[in-house]
Amino acid sequence: MDYLTIRNNQVVPLSDIPLISYDFFKETNLRLMEESEARHCVNYFGYRESGQIRLICCIADDTDHSIFITSAITPADAVLDSFTRPNANFERFEREIHENFGVEYRDHPWLKPLRYSYDRFDSSQKMENYPFVKVESDELHEVGVGPIHAGIIEPGHFRFICNGEQIMHLEIQLGYQHRGIERLFLQKSRVEERTILAENIAGDTVVGHTTAFANLWESLIGAETTNSLNFSRTIALELERIAIHTGDLAAICGDIAYQLGNSVYGRLRTPIVNFFQEWGGNRLAKGLVRVGRMNYPFTSELGDRLLDIFNAYEPDFNEITRKLWRLPSALSRMERTGELTTGEAREIGVVGMAARASGLERDVRKSHPGNLYHEISHQPVVKHHGDVYSRAQIRKEEIKQSISYIKELLQDIPDNNDVNTEGMIIQPNVFVISLVEGWRGEICHCAVTGKKGDLLLYKIKDPSFHNWMALAQAVRNNEISDFPVCNKSFNLSYCGHDL
Amino acid sequence: MFDNLKIMWHQGKQYIPDVRTAKVPGIFRGRPVITAVKVDEERLAGLCPAGAITTSPLCIDLGKCTFCGECALHFKTKISFTADYRLASNSRERLVVREGEERVISVDPLLVRKEVRRLFANSLKLRQISAGGDNSCEWELNASNNVQFDMSRFGIEFVASPRHADGIVITGPITRNMATALEKCYNAVPDPKVIILVGTDAISGGIFANTPAVDRSFLDRHKPDLYIAGNPAHPLTIINGMLDLVKCKR
Repeated sequence: MDYLTIRNNQVVPLSDIPLISYDFFKETNLRLMEESEARHCVNYFGYRESGQIRLICCIADDTDHSIFITSAITPADAVLDSFTRPNANFERFEREIHENFGVEYRDHPWLKPLRYSYDRFDSSQKMENYPFVKVESDELHEVGVGPIHAGIIEPGHFRFICNGEQIMHLEIQLGYQHRGIERLFLQKSRVEERTILAENIAGDTVVGHTTAFANLWESLIGAETTNSLNFSRTIALELERIAIHTGDLAAICGDIAYQLGNSVYGRLRTPIVNFFQEWGGNRLAKGLVRVGRMNYPFTSELGDRLLDIFNAYEPDFNEITRKLWRLPSALSRMERTGELTTGEAREIGVVGMAARASGLERDVRKSHPGNLYHEISHQPVVKHHGDVYSRAQIRKEEIKQSISYIKELLQDIPDNNDVNTEGMIIQPNVFVISLVEGWRGEICHCAVTGKKGDLLLYKIKDPSFHNWMALAQAVRNNEISDFPVCNKSFNLSYCGHDL
Repeated sequence: MFDNLKIMWHQGKQYIPDVRTAKVPGIFRGRPVITAVKVDEERLAGLCPAGAITTSPLCIDLGKCTFCGECALHFKTKISFTADYRLASNSRERLVVREGEERVISVDPLLVRKEVRRLFANSLKLRQISAGGDNSCEWELNASNNVQFDMSRFGIEFVASPRHADGIVITGPITRNMATALEKCYNAVPDPKVIILVGTDAISGGIFANTPAVDRSFLDRHKPDLYIAGNPAHPLTIINGMLDLVKCKR
């Protein structure tokens, strides 16, 4: 067998992952990708193993719950054939392997620094010398934006090449947010510390990342996740989706100068995030999701309170939404703006709501359900134009869908039931992958353990990792003044990418 | 037009009339109170994932605390988090809560520079810089200006350029990769200017304090005027902190 097929949150002994030659490794993964259009690379990474680099590649099928794992070992000074040349899904993953370990790719089309991690292989690569594409022309000009932006957002540098007002090319330089979080996962040895790290991967996806971590960790120590834990996590994930999607609709309205929409959606987010505070003491749900337990159990009083909040939210949401969707001046700013075709989305390996807005039915809640999602029988919302309008529509419909899921779940609130994780230890020499559909898209955490049950690797992938390239593609041929609304319609994470 | 009026009518008044006395809903983890009850202090301090608790006497440094509440859950008789959202001070020491001592966290008027009071009392324009922030404090800073919290009614606003600003607001532990940009941005702000740190990560580095990915030397060269604690800081914490700074009377 040249690959191993596993499920989400399944722990497998490292020795079960077939170790094959690099050439065969490449051939196998490219073949797996070619066999079905409904596959994409969820994670591909390396780590040091006795002086060499061990590579592990994970390809997920969007239809049948399977994840294909392959592995190879290569010397750090190897010069390899890239996966990226034939398949752009692997572009960023190979850049990361190159940046971290110095592995060369002879035919990688875009082998540029990724995030300038502090422990990068070549420390002579400097933030200020990023090799941007240059176009020599009297008719074109460059626009540089960032790292510090006009609004209150995270840092990143955008370099546009424009013909008049029209964007020909956008290149995005990231890395400003790099905090070395994956390394900290190995250095901080207590589960409480690692939970705090997971909460701080991306502060707008606290529930998503912490759930991915907690699901993974419970698998790793062999604890059975209880029904009440799954219940709370599922509710929290859907609430986070409602909150951020609502805020995003506000921001999209803001970027097209529709002030009323901006104010109304903006204020509608507040009761949802305040509910997180009523439940767990923090508006962004920090402190809520914990390995093996719920510090703040979900009670039937909270359930009633949440229903009241929805009853107040829905009429206001429907009213402003009806207005926005009938406003020609708003629609004209969203339609055909920032288009990402289905073909481009598939080629890049886009995930999450951006993929669904471009016609790909890619949703971990359906394809690799964890927690209570297999009971919900989730049907992803899919749109086909791939423009700002489609991405706004996805949000509108997913908010309604999430509310109906939560209402369904609230009919049967399980009694709180924690797991006693006392004395449970990390299984040695294993690999585990944990996938969660956060509001932005597919979150993937992977762990590899050593022979003493120590953590050898903790690998985090935020959906933004795939989707930044999609943004750069989508803005081509748009007016530069439409960049903010394009950017907001993707709403990608900087810290989730830079880690 | 009638649609718009109808929407506005249905929305009613959203703003919080008095941000000084407003109550936060639910079980907000604000300023902790530590009783004099005897407990196993070492075990208690060992629980803290952020190293914010020190012993004899037992203290919690809110500049390091991630407000996870783990200590209060395990030692209910010793520590409890109140709903008091006033967690800002210009004195780093005042962010340390001590055993048996119940004191509201406040700005020390003696430490507020004269020009800050004189120039910024009714108008403070700020440039925000995220330097490794996880987008949670950034989120709450944005929320401080939404229609509910409406910080701009006090003349406190965020501006797009450092040249238009009276100071900077830093979030995040200050990554090495942002250190140069931060320094440049600060230098672009005309004098006199203030530095405000928002959130645990900015105040102490938080859980990222000791990684080589972080470079906090900016704070060795420049002294902050205000520390606003929280993970992330609540909009009411932010607004009250800023008002305490600019409106303080000697």
